[in-house]
Amino acid sequence: MVTLQEVTESRAARATSLAVRRTKKRTPATWWQPVVVLALLVGVWWLVAAYYDKSKGLAFLVPYPHLVLQALVNDPTQPTFNQELWQALGRSTTVALTGLAIAIVIGVAWAVLMSQARWLERSLYPYAVVLQCVPILALVPLIGALFGYGFPSRVIVTVMIALFPMVSNTLFGLQSTDKGQRELFQLQGAGRGTRLAKLQLPAALPSIFVGLRTSAGLSVIGAIVGDQFFQRGNPGLGVLIQVTASRLMGPELYATIIVASLLGVAVFLLFGLLGRLAVGRWYDFS
Amino acid sequence: MSTATAPLTETVTSTLLDFHDVEMTFPDGTVALRGVHLTVDRGEFVSVVGPSGCGKSTLLRIASGLESASHGVAQVDASRIGYVFQDATLLPWRSVQDNVELLAELNGQSKQARRAKADRAIELVGLTGFEKHLPKQLSGGMRMRTSLARSLTLDPELFLFDEPFGALDEITRERLNDELLRLFVEQQFAGLFITHSVSEAVYLSTKVVVMSGRPGTVVRTFDVPFPMPRDPDIRFSPEFAELVGEVSRALREGHR
Repeated sequence: MVTLQEVTESRAARATSLAVRRTKKRTPATWWQPVVVLALLVGVWWLVAAYYDKSKGLAFLVPYPHLVLQALVNDPTQPTFNQELWQALGRSTTVALTGLAIAIVIGVAWAVLMSQARWLERSLYPYAVVLQCVPILALVPLIGALFGYGFPSRVIVTVMIALFPMVSNTLFGLQSTDKGQRELFQLQGAGRGTRLAKLQLPAALPSIFVGLRTSAGLSVIGAIVGDQFFQRGNPGLGVLIQVTASRLMGPELYATIIVASLLGVAVFLLFGLLGRLAVGRWYDFS
Repeated sequence: MSTATAPLTETVTSTLLDFHDVEMTFPDGTVALRGVHLTVDRGEFVSVVGPSGCGKSTLLRIASGLESASHGVAQVDASRIGYVFQDATLLPWRSVQDNVELLAELNGQSKQARRAKADRAIELVGLTGFEKHLPKQLSGGMRMRTSLARSLTLDPELFLFDEPFGALDEITRERLNDELLRLFVEQQFAGLFITHSVSEAVYLSTKVVVMSGRPGTVVRTFDVPFPMPRDPDIRFSPEFAELVGEVSRALREGHR
Protein backbone atom coordinates (compact mmCIF):
# COMPACT_ATOMS: atom_id res chain seq x y z
CA MET A 1 0.00 0.00 0.00
CA VAL A 2 1.39 3.31 -1.04
CA THR A 3 0.78 5.85 1.61
CA LEU A 4 -0.13 9.44 1.18
CA GLN A 5 3.32 10.74 1.91
CA GLU A 6 4.95 8.63 -0.74
CA VAL A 7 2.38 9.60 -3.30
CA THR A 8 3.10 13.22 -2.51
CA GLU A 9 6.80 12.49 -2.73
CA SER A 10 6.44 10.97 -6.15
CA ARG A 11 4.29 13.89 -7.21
CA ALA A 12 6.99 16.19 -6.01
CA ALA A 13 9.53 14.19 -8.00
CA ARG A 14 7.31 14.45 -11.07
CA ALA A 15 6.98 18.17 -10.47
CA THR A 16 10.74 18.59 -10.34
CA SER A 17 11.15 16.57 -13.51
CA LEU A 18 8.58 18.81 -15.14
CA ALA A 19 10.52 21.81 -13.94
CA VAL A 20 13.65 20.33 -15.46
CA ARG A 21 11.84 19.80 -18.74
CA ARG A 22 10.65 23.37 -18.63
CA THR A 23 14.21 24.67 -18.35
CA LYS A 24 15.16 22.40 -21.25
CA LYS A 25 12.38 23.98 -23.33
CA ARG A 26 14.35 27.19 -23.15
CA THR A 27 16.69 25.77 -25.84
CA PRO A 28 15.59 28.41 -28.42
CA ALA A 29 17.71 30.77 -26.37
CA THR A 30 20.68 28.51 -27.00
CA TRP A 31 20.32 28.35 -30.79
CA TRP A 32 19.87 32.01 -31.75
CA GLN A 33 22.97 33.01 -29.80
CA PRO A 34 25.35 31.02 -32.05
CA VAL A 35 23.49 32.42 -35.04
CA VAL A 36 24.28 35.97 -33.88
CA VAL A 37 27.93 34.94 -33.45
CA LEU A 38 27.88 33.48 -36.97
CA ALA A 39 26.53 36.73 -38.38
CA LEU A 40 29.28 38.66 -36.61
CA LEU A 41 31.92 36.24 -37.88
CA VAL A 42 30.66 36.54 -41.47
CA GLY A 43 30.80 40.32 -41.08
CA VAL A 44 34.41 40.21 -39.91
CA TRP A 45 35.19 37.69 -42.64
CA TRP A 46 33.78 40.07 -45.26
CA LEU A 47 35.94 42.92 -43.93
CA VAL A 48 39.09 40.76 -44.00
CA ALA A 49 38.19 39.56 -47.51
CA ALA A 50 37.77 43.17 -48.65
CA TYR A 51 41.21 43.98 -47.18
CA TYR A 52 42.90 41.08 -49.01
CA ASP A 53 41.09 41.94 -52.22
CA LYS A 54 41.55 45.72 -52.31
CA SER A 55 44.85 46.40 -50.48
CA LYS A 56 46.83 43.22 -51.22
CA GLY A 57 45.35 41.92 -54.42
CA LEU A 58 45.30 38.35 -53.07
CA ALA A 59 41.57 37.70 -53.28
CA PHE A 60 41.94 33.90 -53.49
CA LEU A 61 43.54 33.71 -49.99
CA VAL A 62 40.43 35.08 -48.27
CA PRO A 63 37.53 35.02 -50.72
CA TYR A 64 34.32 36.94 -50.08
CA PRO A 65 31.62 35.03 -48.17
CA HIS A 66 29.09 35.31 -50.99
CA LEU A 67 31.54 33.76 -53.46
CA VAL A 68 32.02 30.82 -51.09
CA LEU A 69 28.25 30.46 -50.82
CA GLN A 70 28.10 30.48 -54.60
CA ALA A 71 30.71 27.74 -54.80
CA LEU A 72 28.59 25.70 -52.40
CA VAL A 73 25.34 26.12 -54.28
CA ASN A 74 26.13 26.74 -57.95
CA ASP A 75 29.62 27.74 -59.06
CA PRO A 76 29.54 29.96 -62.18
CA THR A 77 33.31 29.76 -62.82
CA GLN A 78 33.69 25.99 -62.19
CA PRO A 79 30.52 24.29 -63.46
CA THR A 80 31.69 20.78 -62.52
CA PHE A 81 32.87 21.72 -59.03
CA ASN A 82 29.54 21.40 -57.34
CA GLN A 83 29.03 17.82 -58.47
CA GLU A 84 32.60 16.93 -57.49
CA LEU A 85 32.08 18.41 -54.05
CA TRP A 86 28.99 16.30 -53.27
CA GLN A 87 30.61 13.17 -54.68
CA ALA A 88 33.66 13.81 -52.51
CA LEU A 89 31.38 14.31 -49.52
CA GLY A 90 29.70 10.98 -50.24
CA ARG A 91 33.02 9.16 -50.54
CA SER A 92 34.45 10.68 -47.36
CA THR A 93 31.25 9.89 -45.49
CA THR A 94 31.51 6.28 -46.65
CA VAL A 95 35.12 6.07 -45.47
CA ALA A 96 34.27 7.69 -42.13
CA LEU A 97 31.26 5.48 -41.41
CA THR A 98 33.02 2.29 -42.52
CA GLY A 99 35.99 3.14 -40.33
CA LEU A 100 33.70 4.06 -37.45
CA ALA A 101 31.76 0.79 -37.73
CA ILE A 102 34.99 -1.21 -37.64
CA ALA A 103 36.27 0.90 -34.72
CA ILE A 104 33.03 0.20 -32.80
CA VAL A 105 33.27 -3.55 -33.31
CA ILE A 106 36.98 -3.76 -32.48
CA GLY A 107 36.72 -1.23 -29.63
CA VAL A 108 33.79 -2.91 -27.87
CA ALA A 109 35.26 -6.40 -28.33
CA TRP A 110 38.63 -5.24 -27.01
CA ALA A 111 37.03 -3.62 -23.96
CA VAL A 112 34.78 -6.62 -23.27
CA LEU A 113 37.82 -8.88 -23.38
CA MET A 114 39.71 -6.62 -20.98
CA SER A 115 36.77 -6.44 -18.59
CA GLN A 116 36.82 -10.20 -18.11
CA ALA A 117 39.99 -10.37 -16.03
CA ARG A 118 42.50 -8.06 -14.38
CA TRP A 119 45.40 -9.77 -16.10
CA LEU A 120 43.78 -9.35 -19.50
CA GLU A 121 43.28 -5.67 -18.83
CA ARG A 122 46.86 -5.28 -17.68
CA SER A 123 48.14 -7.13 -20.76
CA LEU A 124 45.97 -5.42 -23.36
CA TYR A 125 45.38 -1.86 -22.19
CA PRO A 126 48.95 -0.64 -22.85
CA TYR A 127 48.46 -1.46 -26.53
CA ALA A 128 45.39 0.75 -26.70
CA VAL A 129 47.55 3.56 -25.36
CA VAL A 130 50.38 2.72 -27.77
CA LEU A 131 47.90 2.83 -30.65
CA GLN A 132 46.86 6.27 -29.47
CA CYS A 133 50.50 7.43 -29.39
CA VAL A 134 51.72 6.10 -32.74
CA PRO A 135 52.14 9.01 -35.13
CA ILE A 136 49.90 7.91 -37.98
CA LEU A 137 52.07 9.81 -40.44
CA ALA A 138 54.95 7.46 -39.61
CA LEU A 139 52.87 4.48 -40.70
CA VAL A 140 51.63 6.01 -43.95
CA PRO A 141 54.28 4.56 -46.26
CA LEU A 142 53.88 1.15 -44.67
CA ILE A 143 50.08 1.12 -44.84
CA GLY A 144 50.26 2.32 -48.44
CA ALA A 145 52.72 -0.40 -49.43
CA LEU A 146 50.68 -3.10 -47.70
CA PHE A 147 47.14 -2.09 -48.57
CA GLY A 148 47.45 0.21 -51.55
CA TYR A 149 46.71 3.89 -51.83
CA GLY A 150 42.92 3.81 -52.05
CA PHE A 151 39.81 3.06 -49.99
CA PRO A 152 41.17 0.26 -47.72
CA SER A 153 44.09 2.36 -46.52
CA ARG A 154 41.87 5.36 -45.88
CA VAL A 155 39.61 3.18 -43.77
CA ILE A 156 42.56 1.77 -41.83
CA VAL A 157 43.76 5.26 -40.94
CA THR A 158 40.22 6.18 -39.87
CA VAL A 159 39.99 3.13 -37.62
CA MET A 160 43.34 3.89 -36.00
CA ILE A 161 42.29 7.46 -35.26
CA ALA A 162 38.78 6.62 -34.03
CA LEU A 163 39.49 3.46 -32.04
CA PHE A 164 40.86 4.67 -28.73
CA PRO A 165 37.80 6.52 -27.36
CA MET A 166 35.69 3.44 -28.09
CA VAL A 167 38.07 1.18 -26.17
CA SER A 168 38.54 3.45 -23.17
CA ASN A 169 34.91 4.56 -22.80
CA THR A 170 33.51 1.07 -23.21
CA LEU A 171 35.95 -0.31 -20.66
CA PHE A 172 35.09 2.48 -18.24
CA GLY A 173 31.39 1.75 -18.71
CA LEU A 174 31.76 -1.99 -18.24
CA GLN A 175 33.59 -1.35 -14.98
CA SER A 176 31.08 1.19 -13.73
CA THR A 177 28.71 -1.34 -12.16
CA ASP A 178 28.67 -1.17 -8.38
CA LYS A 179 29.67 -3.93 -6.03
CA GLY A 180 26.13 -4.53 -4.79
CA GLN A 181 24.84 -5.08 -8.32
CA ARG A 182 27.61 -7.53 -9.11
CA GLU A 183 27.01 -9.42 -5.88
CA LEU A 184 23.31 -9.58 -6.65
CA PHE A 185 24.18 -11.49 -9.81
CA GLN A 186 26.79 -13.57 -8.01
CA LEU A 187 24.27 -14.64 -5.36
CA GLN A 188 22.03 -16.08 -8.09
CA GLY A 189 24.97 -17.97 -9.52
CA ALA A 190 24.94 -15.95 -12.75
CA GLY A 191 27.83 -16.71 -15.09
CA ARG A 192 30.11 -14.33 -16.94
CA GLY A 193 27.95 -14.25 -20.05
CA THR A 194 24.78 -13.44 -18.13
CA ARG A 195 26.52 -10.78 -16.10
CA LEU A 196 27.93 -9.23 -19.24
CA ALA A 197 24.63 -9.25 -21.13
CA LYS A 198 22.29 -8.24 -18.33
CA LEU A 199 24.45 -6.04 -16.16
CA GLN A 200 27.72 -4.78 -17.63
CA LEU A 201 26.71 -3.99 -21.21
CA PRO A 202 23.48 -2.15 -20.32
CA ALA A 203 25.36 -0.24 -17.62
CA ALA A 204 28.08 0.61 -20.14
CA LEU A 205 25.71 1.97 -22.80
CA PRO A 206 25.84 5.62 -21.67
CA SER A 207 29.61 5.74 -21.77
CA ILE A 208 29.71 3.70 -24.98
CA PHE A 209 27.60 6.42 -26.57
CA VAL A 210 29.87 9.13 -25.18
CA GLY A 211 32.81 7.31 -26.77
CA LEU A 212 30.84 6.84 -29.96
CA ARG A 213 30.21 10.55 -30.26
CA THR A 214 33.89 11.33 -29.86
CA SER A 215 34.93 8.55 -32.22
CA ALA A 216 32.39 9.68 -34.81
CA GLY A 217 33.96 13.14 -34.86
CA LEU A 218 37.42 11.58 -35.11
CA SER A 219 36.33 9.28 -37.93
CA VAL A 220 35.61 12.32 -40.10
CA ILE A 221 39.07 13.65 -39.36
CA GLY A 222 40.46 10.20 -40.16
CA ALA A 223 38.61 10.04 -43.47
CA ILE A 224 39.93 13.43 -44.60
CA VAL A 225 43.48 12.85 -43.40
CA GLY A 226 43.44 9.35 -44.92
CA ASP A 227 42.28 10.88 -48.17
CA GLN A 228 45.23 13.24 -48.22
CA PHE A 229 47.70 10.45 -47.45
CA PHE A 230 46.33 8.03 -50.03
CA GLN A 231 45.36 9.96 -53.09
CA ARG A 232 44.78 7.24 -55.66
CA GLY A 233 41.28 6.39 -56.73
CA ASN A 234 38.28 8.65 -56.50
CA PRO A 235 38.89 11.86 -54.57
CA GLY A 236 37.23 12.52 -51.26
CA LEU A 237 37.06 15.82 -49.40
CA GLY A 238 40.72 15.67 -48.37
CA VAL A 239 41.91 15.39 -51.97
CA LEU A 240 39.54 18.10 -53.04
CA ILE A 241 40.95 20.42 -50.37
CA GLN A 242 44.50 19.83 -51.62
CA VAL A 243 43.56 20.23 -55.27
CA THR A 244 41.61 23.44 -54.77
CA ALA A 245 44.36 24.84 -52.54
CA SER A 246 47.13 24.09 -55.04
CA ARG A 247 45.12 25.63 -57.88
CA LEU A 248 44.43 28.79 -55.84
CA MET A 249 40.67 28.21 -56.12
CA GLY A 250 39.80 30.26 -53.03
CA PRO A 251 36.00 30.04 -52.90
CA GLU A 252 36.04 26.31 -53.80
CA LEU A 253 38.67 25.60 -51.14
CA TYR A 254 36.62 27.37 -48.49
CA ALA A 255 33.44 25.63 -49.62
CA THR A 256 35.13 22.23 -49.27
CA ILE A 257 36.45 23.08 -45.81
CA ILE A 258 32.99 24.16 -44.72
CA VAL A 259 31.39 20.97 -46.02
CA ALA A 260 34.03 18.89 -44.24
CA SER A 261 33.38 20.75 -40.97
CA LEU A 262 29.62 20.36 -41.33
CA LEU A 263 30.11 16.63 -41.88
CA GLY A 264 31.99 16.47 -38.58
CA VAL A 265 29.28 18.45 -36.77
CA ALA A 266 26.49 16.38 -38.34
CA VAL A 267 28.08 13.09 -37.32
CA PHE A 268 28.68 14.39 -33.79
CA LEU A 269 25.07 15.54 -33.44
CA LEU A 270 23.69 12.37 -34.99
CA PHE A 271 25.47 10.10 -32.52
CA GLY A 272 24.61 12.38 -29.63
CA LEU A 273 20.97 12.06 -30.63
CA LEU A 274 21.25 8.29 -31.05
CA GLY A 275 22.70 8.06 -27.55
CA ARG A 276 19.87 10.09 -26.10
CA LEU A 277 17.30 7.96 -27.90
CA ALA A 278 18.92 4.74 -26.72
CA VAL A 279 19.52 5.48 -23.05
CA GLY A 280 18.08 8.95 -22.37
CA ARG A 281 15.04 7.31 -20.81
CA TRP A 282 17.04 6.30 -17.74
CA TYR A 283 20.31 8.18 -18.05
CA ASP A 284 20.81 11.95 -18.02
CA PHE A 285 23.62 13.05 -20.30
CA SER A 286 24.92 16.37 -19.10
CA MET B 1 3.19 -18.62 0.53
CA SER B 2 2.77 -22.37 0.39
CA THR B 3 5.57 -24.57 1.53
CA ALA B 4 4.28 -27.53 -0.45
CA THR B 5 7.22 -27.37 -2.84
CA ALA B 6 9.77 -27.52 -0.02
CA PRO B 7 11.38 -30.92 0.62
CA LEU B 8 10.08 -32.68 3.71
CA THR B 9 13.45 -32.69 5.46
CA GLU B 10 13.36 -28.93 5.70
CA THR B 11 10.47 -28.98 8.08
CA VAL B 12 12.47 -31.20 10.42
CA THR B 13 15.43 -28.89 11.00
CA SER B 14 14.50 -25.76 12.82
CA THR B 15 17.89 -24.07 12.86
CA LEU B 16 18.45 -22.27 9.59
CA LEU B 17 21.72 -20.58 10.38
CA ASP B 18 24.33 -21.82 12.80
CA PHE B 19 27.63 -20.01 13.30
CA HIS B 20 30.10 -21.77 15.56
CA ASP B 21 33.30 -20.02 16.59
CA VAL B 22 33.43 -18.12 13.31
CA GLU B 23 36.51 -16.04 12.61
CA MET B 24 37.20 -13.80 9.66
CA THR B 25 40.64 -12.51 8.82
CA PHE B 26 41.04 -10.47 5.68
CA PRO B 27 44.08 -10.85 3.41
CA ASP B 28 45.50 -7.58 4.77
CA GLY B 29 45.57 -9.12 8.25
CA THR B 30 42.53 -7.30 9.65
CA VAL B 31 40.59 -9.53 12.00
CA ALA B 32 36.95 -8.61 11.40
CA LEU B 33 35.28 -11.34 13.45
CA ARG B 34 36.51 -13.60 16.21
CA GLY B 35 34.73 -16.39 18.07
CA VAL B 36 31.26 -15.57 16.83
CA HIS B 37 28.47 -17.90 17.95
CA LEU B 38 25.08 -17.17 16.45
CA THR B 39 21.98 -19.13 15.53
CA VAL B 40 18.84 -18.17 13.69
CA ASP B 41 15.92 -20.56 14.02
CA ARG B 42 12.78 -20.84 11.97
CA GLY B 43 10.32 -18.21 13.17
CA GLU B 44 13.04 -15.98 14.56
CA PHE B 45 13.93 -12.46 13.56
CA VAL B 46 17.41 -11.71 14.83
CA SER B 47 18.91 -8.23 14.74
CA VAL B 48 22.59 -7.55 15.11
CA VAL B 49 23.70 -4.19 16.48
CA GLY B 50 27.27 -3.10 16.90
CA PRO B 51 29.64 -0.20 16.34
CA SER B 52 30.74 0.70 12.82
CA GLY B 53 33.38 -1.61 11.42
CA CYS B 54 32.69 -4.45 13.84
CA GLY B 55 32.10 -6.92 11.04
CA LYS B 56 28.30 -7.00 11.15
CA SER B 57 28.08 -6.93 7.38
CA THR B 58 30.78 -9.57 7.13
CA LEU B 59 28.47 -11.88 9.08
CA LEU B 60 25.87 -11.56 6.34
CA ARG B 61 28.43 -11.98 3.61
CA ILE B 62 29.51 -15.25 5.18
CA ALA B 63 25.90 -16.36 5.66
CA SER B 64 25.08 -15.68 2.02
CA GLY B 65 28.18 -17.37 0.69
CA LEU B 66 29.73 -14.21 -0.73
CA GLU B 67 32.68 -14.84 1.57
CA SER B 68 33.81 -17.85 3.53
CA ALA B 69 34.91 -17.81 7.13
CA SER B 70 38.63 -18.19 7.72
CA HIS B 71 37.97 -20.31 10.79
CA GLY B 72 35.02 -22.02 12.47
CA VAL B 73 31.82 -23.48 11.10
CA ALA B 74 29.20 -21.40 9.35
CA GLN B 75 26.30 -23.63 8.51
CA VAL B 76 23.26 -22.44 6.62
CA ASP B 77 20.37 -24.86 6.10
CA ALA B 78 18.20 -22.74 3.88
CA SER B 79 17.93 -23.32 0.17
CA ARG B 80 16.28 -20.00 -0.58
CA ILE B 81 18.09 -17.01 0.86
CA GLY B 82 17.00 -13.43 0.34
CA TYR B 83 19.59 -10.68 0.58
CA VAL B 84 18.71 -7.02 0.87
CA PHE B 85 21.65 -4.69 0.43
CA GLN B 86 22.36 -1.34 2.04
CA ASP B 87 21.47 0.37 -1.22
CA ALA B 88 18.48 -0.68 -3.25
CA THR B 89 20.94 -1.85 -5.99
CA LEU B 90 18.25 -1.58 -8.66
CA LEU B 91 19.25 -1.63 -12.31
CA PRO B 92 18.45 1.92 -13.47
CA TRP B 93 17.49 0.89 -17.01
CA ARG B 94 14.83 -1.54 -15.81
CA SER B 95 11.33 -0.65 -14.69
CA VAL B 96 10.09 -1.66 -11.24
CA GLN B 97 8.47 -4.73 -12.81
CA ASP B 98 11.64 -5.80 -14.65
CA ASN B 99 13.81 -5.17 -11.60
CA VAL B 100 11.60 -7.34 -9.45
CA GLU B 101 11.66 -10.07 -12.09
CA LEU B 102 15.46 -10.05 -12.27
CA LEU B 103 16.26 -12.84 -9.82
CA ALA B 104 13.72 -15.25 -11.30
CA GLU B 105 15.08 -14.33 -14.71
CA LEU B 106 18.63 -15.14 -13.60
CA ASN B 107 17.38 -18.46 -12.26
CA GLY B 108 16.05 -19.29 -15.71
CA GLN B 109 12.35 -19.24 -14.92
CA SER B 110 9.74 -18.82 -17.60
CA LYS B 111 8.39 -15.38 -18.39
CA GLN B 112 4.98 -16.38 -17.11
CA ALA B 113 6.27 -17.72 -13.80
CA ARG B 114 8.42 -14.73 -13.04
CA ARG B 115 5.68 -12.36 -14.05
CA ALA B 116 3.29 -13.95 -11.58
CA LYS B 117 5.90 -13.89 -8.82
CA ALA B 118 6.76 -10.27 -9.48
CA ASP B 119 3.13 -9.20 -9.52
CA ARG B 120 2.57 -10.82 -6.17
CA ALA B 121 5.75 -9.39 -4.62
CA ILE B 122 4.96 -5.91 -5.91
CA GLU B 123 1.54 -6.19 -4.34
CA LEU B 124 3.06 -7.37 -1.05
CA VAL B 125 5.25 -4.28 -0.74
CA GLY B 126 2.44 -1.97 -1.86
CA LEU B 127 3.87 -0.82 -5.18
CA THR B 128 0.96 -1.83 -7.38
CA GLY B 129 0.46 0.89 -9.96
CA PHE B 130 4.17 1.73 -10.11
CA GLU B 131 5.27 -1.28 -12.22
CA LYS B 132 6.25 0.82 -15.22
CA HIS B 133 8.19 3.42 -13.23
CA LEU B 134 11.95 3.64 -13.53
CA PRO B 135 14.05 3.71 -10.34
CA LYS B 136 14.96 7.36 -10.89
CA GLN B 137 11.26 8.25 -10.69
CA LEU B 138 10.91 6.67 -7.24
CA SER B 139 11.56 8.00 -3.75
CA GLY B 140 14.20 6.35 -1.58
CA GLY B 141 11.54 4.44 0.34
CA MET B 142 9.91 3.14 -2.82
CA ARG B 143 13.26 2.02 -4.18
CA MET B 144 13.83 0.05 -1.02
CA ARG B 145 10.37 -1.50 -1.37
CA THR B 146 11.28 -2.53 -4.90
CA SER B 147 14.46 -4.08 -3.60
CA LEU B 148 12.46 -5.95 -0.94
CA ALA B 149 9.99 -7.15 -3.55
CA ARG B 150 12.86 -8.42 -5.69
CA SER B 151 14.10 -10.61 -2.84
CA LEU B 152 10.58 -11.72 -1.96
CA THR B 153 10.24 -13.35 -5.40
CA LEU B 154 12.70 -15.96 -4.14
CA ASP B 155 10.20 -16.90 -1.45
CA PRO B 156 13.11 -16.95 1.00
CA GLU B 157 13.30 -19.14 4.07
CA LEU B 158 16.08 -16.98 5.42
CA PHE B 159 16.14 -13.27 4.79
CA LEU B 160 19.39 -11.34 5.27
CA PHE B 161 19.19 -7.56 5.66
CA ASP B 162 22.29 -5.38 5.56
CA GLU B 163 21.20 -2.06 7.12
CA PRO B 164 18.52 -1.68 4.47
CA PHE B 165 16.82 1.38 5.93
CA GLY B 166 19.91 3.23 7.12
CA ALA B 167 19.75 5.86 4.38
CA LEU B 168 16.04 6.64 4.80
CA ASP B 169 14.43 9.38 6.81
CA GLU B 170 12.90 8.51 10.17
CA ILE B 171 9.24 8.47 9.07
CA THR B 172 9.83 6.32 6.00
CA ARG B 173 11.99 4.05 8.07
CA GLU B 174 9.32 3.50 10.70
CA ARG B 175 6.73 2.78 8.05
CA LEU B 176 8.99 0.25 6.36
CA ASN B 177 9.69 -1.34 9.75
CA ASP B 178 5.96 -1.94 10.16
CA GLU B 179 5.68 -3.38 6.68
CA LEU B 180 8.65 -5.64 7.27
CA LEU B 181 7.02 -6.93 10.45
CA ARG B 182 3.82 -7.61 8.54
CA LEU B 183 5.78 -9.51 5.86
CA PHE B 184 7.62 -11.46 8.54
CA VAL B 185 4.34 -12.60 10.06
CA GLU B 186 2.67 -13.32 6.71
CA GLN B 187 5.55 -14.87 4.80
CA GLN B 188 7.10 -16.79 7.69
CA PHE B 189 10.73 -16.30 6.80
CA ALA B 190 13.48 -16.15 9.38
CA GLY B 191 15.38 -12.88 9.44
CA LEU B 192 18.90 -11.77 10.18
CA PHE B 193 18.92 -7.99 10.27
CA ILE B 194 21.93 -5.71 10.58
CA THR B 195 21.32 -2.20 11.87
CA HIS B 196 22.85 0.75 13.64
CA SER B 197 19.61 1.65 15.35
CA VAL B 198 18.93 0.01 18.70
CA SER B 199 15.24 0.92 18.74
CA GLU B 200 14.78 -0.46 15.23
CA ALA B 201 16.48 -3.69 16.34
CA VAL B 202 14.29 -4.06 19.41
CA TYR B 203 11.11 -3.18 17.57
CA LEU B 204 11.64 -5.64 14.71
CA SER B 205 13.21 -8.60 16.41
CA THR B 206 12.54 -11.63 18.51
CA LYS B 207 16.21 -11.59 19.49
CA VAL B 208 18.81 -8.81 19.56
CA VAL B 209 22.51 -9.63 19.35
CA VAL B 210 25.03 -7.03 20.51
CA MET B 211 28.49 -7.11 19.02
CA SER B 212 31.73 -5.54 20.24
CA GLY B 213 34.12 -3.38 18.27
CA ARG B 214 36.75 -4.96 16.03
CA PRO B 215 37.45 -7.80 16.11
CA GLY B 216 33.70 -8.25 16.34
CA THR B 217 32.29 -10.83 18.66
CA VAL B 218 28.92 -11.38 20.30
CA VAL B 219 28.91 -9.74 23.73
CA ARG B 220 25.27 -10.20 24.69
CA THR B 221 22.00 -11.56 23.41
CA PHE B 222 18.61 -10.20 24.42
CA ASP B 223 15.31 -11.96 23.95
CA VAL B 224 12.56 -9.53 23.01
CA PRO B 225 9.41 -10.55 24.88
CA PHE B 226 6.84 -8.51 22.95
CA PRO B 227 4.36 -10.62 20.95
CA MET B 228 4.02 -10.77 17.17
CA PRO B 229 2.28 -9.22 15.28
CA ARG B 230 3.72 -6.24 17.04
CA ASP B 231 1.68 -3.25 18.07
CA PRO B 232 3.30 -0.05 16.70
CA ASP B 233 2.44 1.69 19.96
CA ILE B 234 4.75 -0.61 21.83
CA ARG B 235 7.50 1.83 20.88
CA PHE B 236 6.08 4.30 23.37
CA SER B 237 5.78 1.88 26.28
CA PRO B 238 8.13 1.94 29.30
CA GLU B 239 9.04 -1.75 28.79
CA PHE B 240 10.23 -0.98 25.28
CA ALA B 241 12.25 2.02 26.49
CA GLU B 242 13.80 -0.08 29.23
CA LEU B 243 14.92 -2.81 26.84
CA VAL B 244 16.31 -0.24 24.40
CA GLY B 245 18.22 1.25 27.31
CA GLU B 246 19.66 -2.11 28.31
CA VAL B 247 20.74 -2.93 24.76
CA SER B 248 22.31 0.50 24.38
CA ARG B 249 24.22 0.03 27.62
CA ALA B 250 25.51 -3.36 26.48
CA LEU B 251 26.50 -1.79 23.19
CA ARG B 252 28.44 0.95 24.92
CA GLU B 253 30.19 -1.50 27.25
CA GLY B 254 31.11 -3.77 24.35
CA HIS B 255 32.56 -0.84 22.52
CA ARG B 256 35.04 -0.07 25.26
